[in-house]
Amino acid sequence: MLKTFRIGGIHPDENKLSAGKCIETAAIPEQVAIMLSQHIGAPAQAIVAKGDHVKVGTLIAKAGGFVSANIHSPVSGTVTKIDSIIDTSGYSKPAIFIQVEGDEWEENIERNDCLKTECNLSPKEIIQKISECGIVGMGGATFPTHVKLSPPPGMAATILIINAAECEPYLTSDHQLILEKGEEILIGTKILMKAIQVNKAVIGIENNKQDAIELLTRLTIKYPGIEVCPLKMKYPQGGEKQLIDAIIRRQVPSGNLPIATGTVVQNIGTAFAVYEAVQKNKPLFERIVTVTGKSLNSPSNFKVRIGTPIGQLIQAAGGMPEDTGKIISGGPMMGKAVTNTDIPVTKGCSGVLLIRKNEAIRKEMSNCIRCAKCVFVCPMGLEPNLLMNLASHALWDKAESNHIMDCIECGSCSYTCPAYRPLLDYIRLGKGKVGNIIRSRAVKK
Amino acid sequence: MNNKLIISLSPHIHGGNTTSKAMHGVLIALIPAFIVSLFYFGLGALIVTITSVLACVIFEYLIQKYLLKAKSSIHDGSAIITGVLLAFNLPSNLPIWIIIIGALVAIGIGKMSFGGLGCNIFNPALVGRVFLLISFPVQMTTWPKPEVLSTHYIDVQTGATTLTLLKAHMPIDADYTDMLLGNMGGSLGEVGAIALILGLAYMLWKQIITWHIPVSILGTVAIFSLLIGIDPITQILSGGLLLGAIFMATDYVTSPMNKRGMIVYGIAIGLLTIIIRQWGAYPEGMSFAILIMNAFTPLINMYIKPKRFGEVVKHG
Repeated sequence: MLKTFRIGGIHPDENKLSAGKCIETAAIPEQVAIMLSQHIGAPAQAIVAKGDHVKVGTLIAKAGGFVSANIHSPVSGTVTKIDSIIDTSGYSKPAIFIQVEGDEWEENIERNDCLKTECNLSPKEIIQKISECGIVGMGGATFPTHVKLSPPPGMAATILIINAAECEPYLTSDHQLILEKGEEILIGTKILMKAIQVNKAVIGIENNKQDAIELLTRLTIKYPGIEVCPLKMKYPQGGEKQLIDAIIRRQVPSGNLPIATGTVVQNIGTAFAVYEAVQKNKPLFERIVTVTGKSLNSPSNFKVRIGTPIGQLIQAAGGMPEDTGKIISGGPMMGKAVTNTDIPVTKGCSGVLLIRKNEAIRKEMSNCIRCAKCVFVCPMGLEPNLLMNLASHALWDKAESNHIMDCIECGSCSYTCPAYRPLLDYIRLGKGKVGNIIRSRAVKK
Repeated sequence: MNNKLIISLSPHIHGGNTTSKAMHGVLIALIPAFIVSLFYFGLGALIVTITSVLACVIFEYLIQKYLLKAKSSIHDGSAIITGVLLAFNLPSNLPIWIIIIGALVAIGIGKMSFGGLGCNIFNPALVGRVFLLISFPVQMTTWPKPEVLSTHYIDVQTGATTLTLLKAHMPIDADYTDMLLGNMGGSLGEVGAIALILGLAYMLWKQIITWHIPVSILGTVAIFSLLIGIDPITQILSGGLLLGAIFMATDYVTSPMNKRGMIVYGIAIGLLTIIIRQWGAYPEGMSFAILIMNAFTPLINMYIKPKRFGEVVKHG
């Protein structure tokens, strides 16, 4: 029996159209827009001004607090302006615009491909390095990695979990990265283990990626302490709490962080970014992006410089199909629908997905028939139908006592509802309101 | 790029399950039992079922069109299910006009007066059935004797059901084989145990329902019967127990919404059924037991919650 998480879950069609497609390097655009807020936490503070010349890897914005991240230039060229641009949230946010001139890298970045296995830095130095290089969680949540690696006082990690579940349909960027950079990922994992001072790491990976499982299992022989754990396919396996439950059979208590169970979870893409940062001195300024869709000519996996407009990636994958109804940044279950194709790629952008018009339009909702399917599939054991009703009647105190804040917004409820009710939309509304109430209560105290 | 993009919140895909798909699944699951009823009750079963289904669908349509002035929902298939289930709970020699009254009560009072599909508190088919049972006790308890491919309707030979005989402490005339196949007196859809279980298997396979309600009802009936010294197999195979446990108690709208609640609900139905059968005025208690527990469903939903992730706080 393969391991998996114990409560709820769904089995959406995989649609991994770009599986097995080698990572291609996307062309460097003529101009990039670097969002100052592409991580959870405070936006970074720009330290360049109009007219400044930057190289690839030059620090252009400094972390705006402890929970924040540095941002480096992904291109060489001249800063043209610091202006706002619409990002995936649909709102205009500040960004640094750089006109590209050539491709000149900072001298201290090692650009060769040779493997560097040894790392003699102390845990503190590793975390320092990761922080300097602006590494954030690459799975989509974009939580600054150095914060995650620094457990609060009194808490200590006992195990590192590497998230290679990639349970979102369509996305293949992690899968392909493992196939091409398996050894680098394992070295990155070793470095992360050293940083949090644990001697055990488990790579959780769904068993639809047999080739990746075989490769990693073979490679781990050289890296004692790292174990590969194949998982039964089920969404949302890549949810942090679900993955911990699947692998070590412990549930993060409601309202707590994973460190309460002694675990630190890092995405496989993050492990690779850590390898590049620590061993090659390379800041996080490019990432793997899956560009996919049922009508797209050639679904692909690209290595993309941050700040590249997604429209250019769609062009590179064969151009925008006629029947496109929706463009999504991320996967179909948790990604965000974007308003235009000028939106720049950010550190957390794992995919660009084009959905056909006929699939993009939601069907009309009908009465709830109380079939309880939403309750059965909720991986957090909540009652989505009840939470939707409470939120639609603005009963915030009841929503709170029914644990609305536990919701991880995986979307399994809306996905499965036979009456097409927008359960998660209302739950999000409720989470926003209840979150504000909780914060204002904390301020009063 | 001149076509406009659609913006909405995630998730951006849907599993494709719909209300009408679920309802059609239940209808498919009812087919084996319907074939058994046609075999043993012949023409009568056909007339009663068709009348009931047509009456239910037409009443729902008329009420939505002229009273509620709302969009018609008859395409979702739920009125057809109510019609079939009502018919399955009636004797096959019931006059057409009584069936029509039953359908009016089921749809008009049992369902539409609460706001239509999803809003009713009680199982509509059972509301219709119990209304008829109380209003027309003679016609509702005159059971046709099974006759293979009968062409009789009102003029059929009648006899007592197994449960009536048990209640009167008389020897029962059907053995286990008869009960499994459906060769005994009773409402037209409740007799064929094997056919009903086939329907259950289909609904479990298609994930239309879960095992929790049927299994907890049947388990409770078996254990409780043993404890009070009556034959559990006769109890399970006779009367509306299987029909109720598989098709009536599992009605989405009127049953609890999580697995723990479903088990409590099932156990209570099992207990109430045997209590009514054993010590109540009626020989059959399934309908009443389900209706009583329908009334408790909101309470069960309020106090019995699903198992939450991270609920049991265990510090290592």
